[in-house]
Amino acid sequence: MTSRLTQTLFGSATAWVMTALLCSIVVFVMMVPLLSGWEAETVDWDALESPPSASHWFGTDLAGRDLLTRIAEGGRLSLGIAILSTAISVLIGVPYGALAGYLGGRVDQWMMRLVDTLYALPFILVVILLVVVVGRNTWLLFAGLGAVYWLDIARIVRGQTLRIRSAGYIAAARGMGASTRWIVLRHLLPNVAGIALVYATLTVPGIVLAESFPSFLGLGVQEPAASWGVLIADGAANMEAAPWTLLYPAFFLVVTVWTLNMLGDRLRDALDPHLAHR
Amino acid sequence: MRLIARRLVTIGLTFLVIVTLIFLLLRLTPGGPFDGERALPPEVEANLRAAYHLDKPLVEQYGRYLASLLQGDLGPSFRQKDFTVNELVAQGLPVSLMVGACALVLALFLGMLTGTLAALQPGQLIDVALMGLINLGLAIPGIIIAPICVLVFAVLLGWLPAGGVGTPQHYLLPIIAAALPYAAAIARLWRGAVLEALGEPHVLTARAKGLPRSRLLLRHVFPVAAIPLVSWLSPLAAGLLTGTVVVEQVFELPGIGRYFVQAAINRDYTLVMGVALVFAAMILVFNFCVDMAYRLLDPRIRI
Repeated sequence: MTSRLTQTLFGSATAWVMTALLCSIVVFVMMVPLLSGWEAETVDWDALESPPSASHWFGTDLAGRDLLTRIAEGGRLSLGIAILSTAISVLIGVPYGALAGYLGGRVDQWMMRLVDTLYALPFILVVILLVVVVGRNTWLLFAGLGAVYWLDIARIVRGQTLRIRSAGYIAAARGMGASTRWIVLRHLLPNVAGIALVYATLTVPGIVLAESFPSFLGLGVQEPAASWGVLIADGAANMEAAPWTLLYPAFFLVVTVWTLNMLGDRLRDALDPHLAHR
Repeated sequence: MRLIARRLVTIGLTFLVIVTLIFLLLRLTPGGPFDGERALPPEVEANLRAAYHLDKPLVEQYGRYLASLLQGDLGPSFRQKDFTVNELVAQGLPVSLMVGACALVLALFLGMLTGTLAALQPGQLIDVALMGLINLGLAIPGIIIAPICVLVFAVLLGWLPAGGVGTPQHYLLPIIAAALPYAAAIARLWRGAVLEALGEPHVLTARAKGLPRSRLLLRHVFPVAAIPLVSWLSPLAAGLLTGTVVVEQVFELPGIGRYFVQAAINRDYTLVMGVALVFAAMILVFNFCVDMAYRLLDPRIRI
């Protein structure tokens, strides 16, 4: 598996470019706030809404804040939320799917019906209800996103568990007197882990996008904290006078989501040949 | 027939569960709807609570709500005092439905067109180029597409109005902006589905018999490829709903998505609940239709 992993990440020119791009985005969001010489919330009174220049590489926003620094800080928040929510979705999805697949029968049917029902609920509905109930709270947004995005992982893990459960070597292990605990820990989990990892990779860009929607509508991350969604909303409001405030954050969001999508797809094709051509 | 009846009962029950859940969620929330910037005098607040029956026990409130819901009454709006939720929904729903339906049709058309073009020459230049475009489209969300459409077509070129309502042209940009992200998703799915269908034995047979390509596609490939697409339509519709909420916000269209966001910001409980129920009902009905279409299309699962 490790060799296939490295093969996927570094095997071809495109893969190299993708991996390099992703790494540079991570380095960008980590390093820029330390090196840019501006703080995300410092107002430069001499350069309100100024276009890109030598002192502000990406220009400044309406309030004179350095856009380069704000984009990097926004990236930290957006990616941080995405990784946390993905972790939550894995923590819910993997046990749920594995349980449904392992128990099978009626229980499985009911558990999967719940997943199907939740699948049809628009994410924005869930977020808006959450906002009304608990107010605008970034932490709740994580929880809400994780609670919505576990569905895919649960489905995939269930399918894989079903397949493994009926495999010959499990029957053989059972015949030799292996306990359920042993089977789950030694056979089930290692086989499910790869696929769960792949779908977690695909969940990250999904959540980056999903987080940007409520933030754009003013229901998610709140000023002065800024995620990419907030910056894009800001930019969209001022785009006629200052188009750069829309274009730079939009560019970073798109490149990040695109790279993660491409890498996730490649990983899936490499580690999950059954699903490669679906 | 029995199956349809059973599905309808399930839908009714699901709806009841959703109503109950949303009702409890909103009623058990700390902080009432009248907690504004200024504290109201206690007598005024007591009167207001009495007027909206908020002083009654929870079970009675729930009963009242269900009873009025059965008569199709979603109650008064807590914040917009002169309007009932019904009036606001009646104002907003046609706009949202129109934009959503047109966007769905446009997304299906664009997606199936590009998907077919790409699938006919897999690995060739046109496929690679289109897939690149599709992958890029998948990474650009509506919150970017919509303002950029405004920037390009309204501000720079001046071809179309940037927002508001009035003429049919006012709806053109919102529909395009809502459709594009989903067109990319449909194109990707459709390309895969068509490629798979092209490899089916019956398609190979028809091909070997020398059927013209247009007839081959229309009669033998598309009906098979439509099955995965149809089963994917319900999550798509849910996503499109999110998309129209964003588009209504950007283009200042008076649809229910916009009321929904406003209501969430103002914590207008009854309006949030009313719109949420309308959304849930639409999704349930749409899913039912998709389910039925799926059964019609795929004889294998017709039980």
